[in-house]
Amino acid sequence: MNLTLHVWRQKNATDKGRMETYQATDINEHMSFLEMLDVVNEDLIGKGIDPIHFDHDCREGICGMCSLVINGIPHGPERATTVCQLHMRHFKDGDEIYIEPWRAKAFPVIKDLIVDRSAFDRIIQAGGFVSVNTGGTPDANAIPISKSDADEAMDFAQCIGCGACVAACKNASAMLFVGAKIAQLAALPQGKVEAERRVKAMVAQMDKEGFGNCTNYYECEAVCPKEISVKGIAKMNREFFKSMKG
Amino acid sequence: MSTVATSRSSTVVHALTKTSLGQKYLMAVSGLVALLFVIGHMVGNLQIFLGQDQINHYAETLQNLGPLLWVIRGFLILFILIHIWEGIKLKLENVASRPEPYSYRKYRKASLASRTMIWTGLIIASFVGYHLAHFTVQATNPAFKTLVDAQGRHDVYSMMILGFQNVWVSLLYIIAIGLLCYHLSHGVTSMFQSMGLNKPETQPTLDKIGLTLSVILFLGYISIPLSILAGIVNLPKGGM
Ligand code: FES
Repeated sequence: MNLTLHVWRQKNATDKGRMETYQATDINEHMSFLEMLDVVNEDLIGKGIDPIHFDHDCREGICGMCSLVINGIPHGPERATTVCQLHMRHFKDGDEIYIEPWRAKAFPVIKDLIVDRSAFDRIIQAGGFVSVNTGGTPDANAIPISKSDADEAMDFAQCIGCGACVAACKNASAMLFVGAKIAQLAALPQGKVEAERRVKAMVAQMDKEGFGNCTNYYECEAVCPKEISVKGIAKMNREFFKSMKG
Repeated sequence: MSTVATSRSSTVVHALTKTSLGQKYLMAVSGLVALLFVIGHMVGNLQIFLGQDQINHYAETLQNLGPLLWVIRGFLILFILIHIWEGIKLKLENVASRPEPYSYRKYRKASLASRTMIWTGLIIASFVGYHLAHFTVQATNPAFKTLVDAQGRHDVYSMMILGFQNVWVSLLYIIAIGLLCYHLSHGVTSMFQSMGLNKPETQPTLDKIGLTLSVILFLGYISIPLSILAGIVNLPKGGM
């Protein structure tokens, strides 16, 4: 199939950037979206044009590096799918596709479609960890955890930190990401000890990074490739309330 | 002991006014206070259907609360101002959080009501200003001040009828109520999420409550101007 791509091109962090149009020809429907871009880049390199820069690593939907807004939706049209796992069969011959980077003040563009997501790392550093010594490989049932708690923690632990939630939110809020981490750790006994300190520190860091405020659009949940639920945000709201009283 | 208490309350104030989550709590709680007023105000106004005597009596009872009425009003004004102030502040922060817009944007889940809260909110606020000037301060219609019923009470009944007999006034009112209820269709359920008072199991019910409440409020409020325009509620026979 042949496609027309409108791609955000930006030389570096200080460049103003603009949308440019490219043709993608002879695209195989079995290619992933990133493989399609690889083909386009081959062509661009052949023509002596700087290839389109985009983030990627595992290409199997687990690392959270790939990050493209495709036709206005982070990770594109397929639900619960990272862009590296998005296949071209979901597009039609002759389609026009808009490809843009995550857009948020806290995620500045480094080049083209690559943004700096270190704000997420700093939020994790502020409290997204457990500091009690959990020992070596633990005995499976040494610390009894109910099935429902374990399930809940696992659901939130699925977050790969890609930042699609921020990209999708009209307010560029990071609350789904932060909520997922807080909810995950608060569900487990190992994380409970420092729950109050954690939620305070992570929220403070999130605010400091310049993310927006959640106004309950739930757009984040709709685009999350790991289908993290906004109940994580509600959980964070509860945890923070508790920490305020303490 | 007291220093501990002071430092604790100052941390709470800091958390409420300076952090994103604290400000969400403020939005939710102040919204709740405003919602309670909106419900109470409707119940009060619907007494127009019980006749002149009933609603004028109700209005007089409210007026006779004296200083207490002002305490309630002060409390209400304070919370509404917090709601407006925080709403604008959060909106400005949110706009600043995405300096470069997308050239192509699509929403999967975010409802139009949720995306237009600031605008419906600001329009409602300006309407409330007009509404107060119209019926409470009566600056737009000074003649309302002199309306008195047979028992010598301020004739709220006739004032409402005379006010809403103007088609434009009624139309403006109906539009404003529509926007208010649209605002509430997102606001009510949102409140529970912001306070973390929902559970995945209860969320669908909360959504339904929000929607049903908005519809009830809409129908309740607009029934007044519509009945007046349709001539179902009329000025008292023997003059005012
Ligand atoms: S490249 Fe690893 S998740 Fe897409």
